[in-house]
Amino acid sequence: MEKIICVCGHENPVGTKLCGKCGRPLTEEAKMSKIVDMKYDGAAIRSKTRNKSIVDKIWNFFSSVKVGISLIIINLIAASIGTIFPQEFYISVSTEPEKAAYYEKTYGSLGKLYYELGLSDVYSSWWFQILVGMLAISIIVASIDRGIPLHRSLKNQRVKRHESFMKRQRIIGEGSITEGDSSNTLNLVEEKMKKLRYKVRRDGNALLAERGRFSRYGPYINHVGLIIFLAAVMLRLVPGFYVDESMWVREGEMRAVPGMEGYFIENEKFILEMHDNQATENQELQGVNVVAKNYQTNAKLYKQTDDAVPGKDDDLELVKEYSIRVNHPLQHNGYSFYQMDFRLNEIKAMNFELTNKETGESLGAVSVDLTNPQNEYVIDDQTKVQLLGYYPDFSGFENGEPQTKTPTPNNPAFIFKMTTPEKPEGEVSFVAIQQTIEPNGDNAYKMAFNSVETRNMSGLTVHKDSSIPFLAIGGAIFMIGVAIGSYWNHRRLWVEQLEDGSIRLAAHTNKNWFGIKKDIDAVTEFAHLPKYIDQSENDDAEKEKEGDSTL
Amino acid sequence: MSLISLSGNLLYAAFIAYLVGTLLYGGAIKSSKPDGAASRAEKWGKLALIVTIIGFAAHVGYFITRWIYKGHAPVSNMFEFTTAFGMFIIAAFILISYMYRLTALGLVALPVALLIIGYAAMFPNSVDPLVPSLQSHWLTIHVITAAMGQSILAISAVAGLLYLLKSINPKIKSKSRFWMEAVLYFGVLVIGFMLATVVFKGMGYEASFTYIDTQDAEQEITYNMPAVFGMNDYTLLTEKVMNPLVEMPAVINAQKLTTVFWSFIFGSIIYLLVRLVTRRRILTMLHPLVQKVNLNLLDEVGYRSVLIGFPVFTLGALVFAMIWAQEAWGRYWGWDPKEVWALITWLFYAAYLHLRLSKGWEGKKSAWLAVVGFAIILFNLIVVNLVIAGLHSYAA
Ligand code: HEM
Repeated sequence: MEKIICVCGHENPVGTKLCGKCGRPLTEEAKMSKIVDMKYDGAAIRSKTRNKSIVDKIWNFFSSVKVGISLIIINLIAASIGTIFPQEFYISVSTEPEKAAYYEKTYGSLGKLYYELGLSDVYSSWWFQILVGMLAISIIVASIDRGIPLHRSLKNQRVKRHESFMKRQRIIGEGSITEGDSSNTLNLVEEKMKKLRYKVRRDGNALLAERGRFSRYGPYINHVGLIIFLAAVMLRLVPGFYVDESMWVREGEMRAVPGMEGYFIENEKFILEMHDNQATENQELQGVNVVAKNYQTNAKLYKQTDDAVPGKDDDLELVKEYSIRVNHPLQHNGYSFYQMDFRLNEIKAMNFELTNKETGESLGAVSVDLTNPQNEYVIDDQTKVQLLGYYPDFSGFENGEPQTKTPTPNNPAFIFKMTTPEKPEGEVSFVAIQQTIEPNGDNAYKMAFNSVETRNMSGLTVHKDSSIPFLAIGGAIFMIGVAIGSYWNHRRLWVEQLEDGSIRLAAHTNKNWFGIKKDIDAVTEFAHLPKYIDQSENDDAEKEKEGDSTL
Repeated sequence: MSLISLSGNLLYAAFIAYLVGTLLYGGAIKSSKPDGAASRAEKWGKLALIVTIIGFAAHVGYFITRWIYKGHAPVSNMFEFTTAFGMFIIAAFILISYMYRLTALGLVALPVALLIIGYAAMFPNSVDPLVPSLQSHWLTIHVITAAMGQSILAISAVAGLLYLLKSINPKIKSKSRFWMEAVLYFGVLVIGFMLATVVFKGMGYEASFTYIDTQDAEQEITYNMPAVFGMNDYTLLTEKVMNPLVEMPAVINAQKLTTVFWSFIFGSIIYLLVRLVTRRRILTMLHPLVQKVNLNLLDEVGYRSVLIGFPVFTLGALVFAMIWAQEAWGRYWGWDPKEVWALITWLFYAAYLHLRLSKGWEGKKSAWLAVVGFAIILFNLIVVNLVIAGLHSYAA
């Protein structure tokens, strides 16, 4: 590969701005500038050295900070679009046509457009995921592209730098010392800088004091953390890494846990508590009278013994008894059970009296357990009630047949056949809530509704997310990196004593100029150094003067 | 005095102290004319800082007493969160003041905090019971850390505004002069909102309506300001009050729109009066006050506050938020609007930091970016809470 040979004889790779050895500016741009770009002094970044093959072109694209920033902004805008209307998973309808209808009805034609463009589910759209992927690639490429040369330039720092390098720093000073013996000046500088916790190196009549070099690695550490985090998010796609199931368990019921082989959970009791306060001003504004205080399921988790038949709920041993509350999931073996939903007062059983319509006399009670309806309820040897049909969620008739919408007993209906001593051949009756139909004319008996028994139902979600530890590691690395890069900074001071005993100094920091100036003020006083200037400040003043003259 | 009224009085005292502090900062800056009164300016500046610290102590007192009274951190409704935000802005300002001894910063930081606290005071300060998902220590930690992060980031906007106040020449017509005046006008609108709320509350104005919501259900709503905009298919229930002028479709909350409308009217009247009386832009009035500030230093303060605030914000608004969500709902991220806007804020400040890395995005541009970042934070606080609303919403 081509090299640039500096006047001092050092060979630098193409793309280097400042000579790696002496610091002389190499490019025209660097020579022209008053203050040099110090980011990767003495090293070339890969994207500046190659631009031939297609791989190079792609590499250069993703390594560009401009492209990186554009990707950040594009992701930002894409994410914000998803908040214009609620996302699909926050609305309570499930089928496609229902969703389409919901958006159109609630938000008008804009809502319809939003839905049709797929914006109602932006975050799982292919293009959103590609944008995040491109951002990730950009972070990786840019970090490699710059991280390695940065590491090299930090490791191979010379103590002595050429005049043209020193003079192009933002903070510079030159002149004779203000007081005392110049032969001792460098020793004084070393002493003071060490006190200020700088690392000091000397080479003949030159000195380099440096502090906080490690902070330069901060951004690279945080980028690594981000990449680990994003990779961990993708682990979810690996089978077995991620379980997300929801289940309903009624009080007193035991159910196999979906996604958790061999486990059963029993709901002993569901508890809903309300705050018993007077409605506050905020509550009144929102039109709510009471606010929930606690949702709780008293649950028992069971595990099948190893020799049990899969799927059958015998041979169970109790694993854990726990009150699942919001913010307090039951946890076992990496699985967590969260309190997510509830349904109060679901009908469990309906009690009827077999009653003579005329006299009102009852022949006996029949209790239909809706989870386990019997075919026949025998009252005595001449009296019995047969259950010919059961429709848990009756929704009307179709071709004369009763229909049920769902298997949940929201609106139970029955076809009974009542056999009594009076009517030994039996009478048929269709019984629903608030409705009785007697298909074969007027019956002598009816199933008079007496009472219902209800119970609560608890909605739990079962989660397992084995990617969490990796997410935590990625997040922790990110936080450490970002703290290192933000709360520490890299300060360098170059001092050279010229033949006549006068001093030339220059200083640089990647951030916090205020801090480094305090340090230099201290050393200037201690070692009686010549006064320094901040070249960018002069710039500022000049600019302002120019500004004024245009008034 | 009961604990809760003590708490209220402490907040009041803090507000007064910040008001006095603002005037003192004004004095400190003004007296730094080249008449050799630099030491007097320093004295004023010191006094201003002391008054600010006293106010801050009272503010912390409010926070702690309310916390004790409620039994959990007072950050669970709009009033509480916003006053806490104001408190943390003052804290961040005091921190940066000690780091940089930049007196002029107070001239912008205190009014910003005052506007925020005043805005908060317009919301009901009732002590509300907590729903189960909010009963978590992680929530407390998350909200407080996020608010601290936002406040430190806000200081970069304070520095940015100061930078722009000085560097934009009010005599020359320019885009930045227009936008700067727009930012100041927005500040006046917040005062307009406060004035409108206080005036109509003082009149005891109330008008109740029934209306039909997006799901075709009938709802009731009470306006505390004359209803300019009516809800979808409204029926007025109160007698002798104004009938709405325009009816809105169901998607739009006409009550909130009415509040925005009146804030706009009151704010604009104040602004116009100021312009008529002084015959100058607000920018023109403020510009001479800040001539002594060092632009380079302001630029650095702005950058440093983003650097200090960014990790705190990340920890509070993203990391702790994820831990809490994981514990409450079993998923660390749910694309809830409030979450998304925290992510957007984070991405924006990441972009800010990267833009500073490439040349040319220092000084004025960077100052504008800081102002935009603060606008995003305010958007998340105000619009997302009150309009878009999600799981986190204090108002829904
Ligand atoms: C959301 C995504 C990102 C975050 C949170 C992030 C975070 C950071 C932070 C905090 C810094 C330190 C800034 C400072 O100290 O002023 C930094 C530096 C940097 N970032 Fe990123 N970054 C992200 C994406 C990217 C992308 C996409 C690129 C690709 C071009 C990139 C390239 C860089 C470079 C080149 C540096 C400077 C490193 C140095 O000073 O040596 N970053 N990043």
